Amino acid sequence: MTNPVALIGRIFLDFLAAAGRLSIFAYNGIRYAFVPPYYPRAIGRQMLTIGYFSLPVVGLTALFTGMVLALQIYIGSSRFNAESAVASIVVIGITRELGPVLAGLIVAGRVSAAMAAEIGTMRVTEQIDALITLSTNPFKYLMAPRLIAGVTMLPLLVAVADVIGVFGGYLVGTRTLGFNPAAYLQNTFDYLHTEDVVSGLVKAAVFGFIIALMGAYQGYFSKGGAQGVGRAATNAVVTASILILTTDYFITKLFFAR
Amino acid sequence: MTTVPKIELRDVHKGFGSKKVLDGIDLSVNAGESVVVIGGSGTGKSVMLKSILGLLRPERGSILVDGEEVVGIRGNARERVLRKFGMLFQGSALFDSLKVWENVAFGLINGQGMPRPKAKEVALTKLAEVGLGADVGELNPAELSGGMQKRVALARAIAAEPEIIFFDEPTTGLDPIMGDVINELIVSSVKKLGVTTLSITHDMASARKIADRIAMIFEGKIIWQGPASAIENSGNAYVDQFIHGRAEGPIRMQVRRP
Repeated sequence: MTNPVALIGRIFLDFLAAAGRLSIFAYNGIRYAFVPPYYPRAIGRQMLTIGYFSLPVVGLTALFTGMVLALQIYIGSSRFNAESAVASIVVIGITRELGPVLAGLIVAGRVSAAMAAEIGTMRVTEQIDALITLSTNPFKYLMAPRLIAGVTMLPLLVAVADVIGVFGGYLVGTRTLGFNPAAYLQNTFDYLHTEDVVSGLVKAAVFGFIIALMGAYQGYFSKGGAQGVGRAATNAVVTASILILTTDYFITKLFFAR
Repeated sequence: MTTVPKIELRDVHKGFGSKKVLDGIDLSVNAGESVVVIGGSGTGKSVMLKSILGLLRPERGSILVDGEEVVGIRGNARERVLRKFGMLFQGSALFDSLKVWENVAFGLINGQGMPRPKAKEVALTKLAEVGLGADVGELNPAELSGGMQKRVALARAIAAEPEIIFFDEPTTGLDPIMGDVINELIVSSVKKLGVTTLSITHDMASARKIADRIAMIFEGKIIWQGPASAIENSGNAYVDQFIHGRAEGPIRMQVRRP
């Protein structure tokens, strides 16, 4: 029978080994993003995949989130006659939290799984070995373009999601809840501060990095054929989602804790 | 005057966990020579090739390419050594996301920095050399049969006109006629380029056709080597059993009987 202390020790050592491997992987990914040769075609392709092709689903999510948020805040705030806070809470909620977090989680589900599956398949079919024999560094060709695309595209996606989300709130506020359109917009802009938007965009850049990192990392170290690739895709989504929610807390604390 | 072997392995050891795969391999390949290493599945053939390429790192021993130690070299030194190599992978390892001509031209564009239009010209010439038309160059690898994929992989391996080419099970998974076509192409390409080749296979028809010299690997060691013409009269019971495909003999398969 396995000694429970030994088992705990082994799990802890495995965790440390995985953390070390991930740190080295992230370091290499960042380092090679700044070292030539650059692969503009690969970067462009990843920007399209992460940014442009995620736009419809992120936009739709932001629209309905803004609409639901306006409804819920109205219902809640009407209990103590604070309905006028709807516009300000919607805009702060969307820009600070819901825009980046929901966009991050959705792109994690859509992109990091696909990334892990693609790189994992390349690993098990020896395409990564082929890259190396063709004098091409896989970190430069596969990882760096994904990290660059993740870090640059997520803030853009979130900026669009912020606008659509606030517009969703405006639609419900003015069409369903009876707010005056001009007053709603006035309230929105009066209570919106630069740091609300900036903190959301910083979060988005960090989430973009996490999404690309976990997709590439899980794919790169996948093994065991189709089953291994499937496991890598699942792990990429799960780890990226958990890391997004965890770092969200710390970035929020960094920006707003007094 | 002694000539420096193109490739030389001295007492190379490599294992995975408790399993020893290479157990003190000694092998040398002279410039312009075609050496084929035969041996059963799991005897360490692929691990040997990957160790020479630096895809795996041996625990002990020395690997020399043109007299230069390559175990443990990194960065630019490794890239410089890898430029001497071309490789045809067992499963072809073509990049799914690129067109056929882009696969063939990959090393030229990304490894040597050749402009795309010039690289495309070279790629189409190489495709023609392996019997494929320019129309095939515009297809994706997934649209090709296994035999065509092998030919594309061969075109990719010779595109950058390397000094050394490795063939990893070049005829595996092909029908006998297509297998012979690939063998013919290998022989003609190699003669034309005057390169050094190291192949691994368990297809004896292939080995007889492409080898100047044959070596047999068993349990991580080279147990026999000699001219291809001497393989029938090797005087080695292991070699005799292997080349005649007999179940009975000194090589015992680990099969559990019910």
